[in-house]
Amino acid sequence: MSAVIDDHGHAKDDHHHGDHHHGYGGMMRWITTTNHKDIGTMYLWFSFMMFMVGGTMALVIRAELFSPGLQIVNPDFFIQMTTMHGLIMVFGAIMPAFVGFANWLIPMQIGAPDMAFARMNNWSFWILPFAGSLLIMSFFVPGGAPGVGWTMYAPLTVQMGMGMDLTIFAVHLLGMSSIMGSINIVTTILNMRAPGMTLMKMPLFVWTWLITAYLLIASMPVLAGAVTMTLTDRHFGTSFFNAAGGGDPVLYQHIFWFFGHPEVYIIILPAFGVVSQILPAFSRKPLFGYASMVYATSSIAILSFIVWAHHMYTVGMPVTGQLFFMYATTLIAVPTACKIFNWLATMWRGSLTFETPMLFALGFLFLFTMGGFSGLVLALAAVDIQLHDTYYVVAHFHYVMVAGALFTAFGGIYFWLPKWTGKMYNETLGKWHFWLTMIFFNITFFVQHFSGLAGMPRRIPDYPLMFETWNKISSIGAFGFGFSQLLFLYIIVKAITSGEKAADKQWEGADSLEWTHLPSPAPYHSFETPPAIK
Amino acid sequence: MSQHPTAQGTPAYFIPQPMPWPIMGSVALFCMALGAVFVFNGMSGGWVSLAFGFVLLLYMMFRWFGDVIRESETHMYSKQVDLSFRWGMSWFIFSEVMFFAGFFGALFWFRVVSVPDLGSLLHNEILWPGFTSHWPSAGPGFSEKFSPMGAWGLPALNTFLLLSSGATITVAHWALKENKRGLLNLFMFFTVALGVIFLVCQVIEYGHGYADLNLKLTTGVYGSTFYMLTGFHGFHVTLGAIMLAVILARCLAGHFKPDQHFAFEAVAWYWHFVDVVWLGLFIFVYWL
Repeated sequence: MSAVIDDHGHAKDDHHHGDHHHGYGGMMRWITTTNHKDIGTMYLWFSFMMFMVGGTMALVIRAELFSPGLQIVNPDFFIQMTTMHGLIMVFGAIMPAFVGFANWLIPMQIGAPDMAFARMNNWSFWILPFAGSLLIMSFFVPGGAPGVGWTMYAPLTVQMGMGMDLTIFAVHLLGMSSIMGSINIVTTILNMRAPGMTLMKMPLFVWTWLITAYLLIASMPVLAGAVTMTLTDRHFGTSFFNAAGGGDPVLYQHIFWFFGHPEVYIIILPAFGVVSQILPAFSRKPLFGYASMVYATSSIAILSFIVWAHHMYTVGMPVTGQLFFMYATTLIAVPTACKIFNWLATMWRGSLTFETPMLFALGFLFLFTMGGFSGLVLALAAVDIQLHDTYYVVAHFHYVMVAGALFTAFGGIYFWLPKWTGKMYNETLGKWHFWLTMIFFNITFFVQHFSGLAGMPRRIPDYPLMFETWNKISSIGAFGFGFSQLLFLYIIVKAITSGEKAADKQWEGADSLEWTHLPSPAPYHSFETPPAIK
Repeated sequence: MSQHPTAQGTPAYFIPQPMPWPIMGSVALFCMALGAVFVFNGMSGGWVSLAFGFVLLLYMMFRWFGDVIRESETHMYSKQVDLSFRWGMSWFIFSEVMFFAGFFGALFWFRVVSVPDLGSLLHNEILWPGFTSHWPSAGPGFSEKFSPMGAWGLPALNTFLLLSSGATITVAHWALKENKRGLLNLFMFFTVALGVIFLVCQVIEYGHGYADLNLKLTTGVYGSTFYMLTGFHGFHVTLGAIMLAVILARCLAGHFKPDQHFAFEAVAWYWHFVDVVWLGLFIFVYWL
């Protein structure tokens, strides 16, 4: 039943990729695997598929918004599209992508043989396709998918059809998957480090995931509680969000955002970690201010739990409450700026080269900073009353979610693809992918700042004529952005099938264990004997 | 921190072989979710899917835990693996704490914010004339009479039962460490029995609420928070009691050693967690 790892070390020189000494073959190998690399690969491909599904929904939204008036879809289907686009991108695309990175990289970067709980790791992944199916099935039941927005605010959720129930259970399953995955990651980091790999020697990617996993374990159960209350309000006559029974719809918003704000850091912290690996490698300098990066990440994690109500300034709140949440929110700018300046200082007088991963990291640095600034604008309670639920908010969170998280995910994949597959991607095409993504991203979302400032509301399929130019530009950008991602798929598949052989240390400036101690591709089982850490 | 692999080929860290249980668990959860949606919406076939998923989940857990117990008893787990289990269980309990925190948050919100707000001058004049804020309350739209659950009858007895079970499991743990197997078995039995009696009392209490007090799940926020909080707690006690029963069976089968018995400790931690949640419930739901 069980494979026991022996202590004959062959981490460094033994290329036994494909040496799977167990009973399952074909499809069953992937279904039953306990190997962190297999599971990481599945997470990444699943995430890409969901990215395509969610992206298609975004294109439906942008097609409808190309012109004022109702053109292609009815308002009901439009709001279903915005809801599912949000849920699928957050829970299906971005989060699994970074869990994929965590699976691939954490054991290699801390010198561990695998994740701490290899079987539970498999379960964390294999819950996802079923949860994703539940979400997508909601389109095909009477009433269709829930048209409530990804935040699933009561009391609208209480009035939806059975698609809402499917979504609620999908969220439960996604939460279970996240909690199991996070427990696994925390335990791996705390208990599986090679001797000598002290906490303050860990690569920053590992640090950011330690803190992310903590945030997930603390916040996902709260979301599970919120959707459970929605479920019982819908079917069992409870009054959690019903004022006639003494309840309060605003309570839902508080509980949701108590989860929801840590959630945005759950999405962005691993991205910070990836950038903190890429920038030093292409600057050929160690990361500037490592310790301050660790402390900044921890501060962001702590602050993330006391800022949630800045998402609900307009819902009715005492002025003292607004002031508290405003000050707490602006406080987050301090550790975040600390990170930005550390990244800049890392590059200062470095020996810079601009391969694709570096381009994506720089694109992140530039655009995420802009998204951070628009976040500061929105954090101001007085300003937010004008901007709440406008396209300004949409522009803001796409600058941090897409240019923040997605750009780094692309950068990370280009960066580690040589290590994972032993093959190099085509650098010219990679640069094309970056520039197309960069340009179309800004065409899509930069104009949304203006339409938002002018008052265009989000989640509405129709708009007055005055917003037409901005929306036309945005829609053209969105289609360009979407089709540019097919180039990404082509580059990756091309690299895997017929890429040039990658060097063991493909990037001369990379210094974490997977580059210094393992061949490319990394063997199926790495670090069965812990490496010596100086 | 992590240890060096020892000599003579002792495992450095146990990495399990591929196995079918996780995918079976996913299928089970999917069937249960789908079945529940069908049942809630009055569609046919829901119960079949729900029951199939549940049985599959039970079978999966039986086999998966069976494998784990077998591995444990054949000494495949090093000290480092043992420490992984400890971290894992601690973080799992932390996630459970946060789940209950969400529901306690709702309770405090109703008591401190929403019910007083509904009885405030503004709401009184415009929306709910005549509604005065008080606790327990079922809200301004609830016209029937109901009585809240008193603290000093069955609930106080239940507090006593659970606290006692916390003491008996500690005695059992001490007996295990001293290798007094008879005492261990006896006190594990007491712990399971106390857990079961607690659950029986809880069922009687619910019956009393529905039959005599007109206190239902639909009785406004008081009914919602009362039944959801105590219900989720009771669900956790049920799981805990099943886990304790498994541990008792393993004790009787001669499992565990004085110096290595993490499964026992994990269940004991879980049981204490359930105990602490109950104290919160007793104070904030029943008493104050």
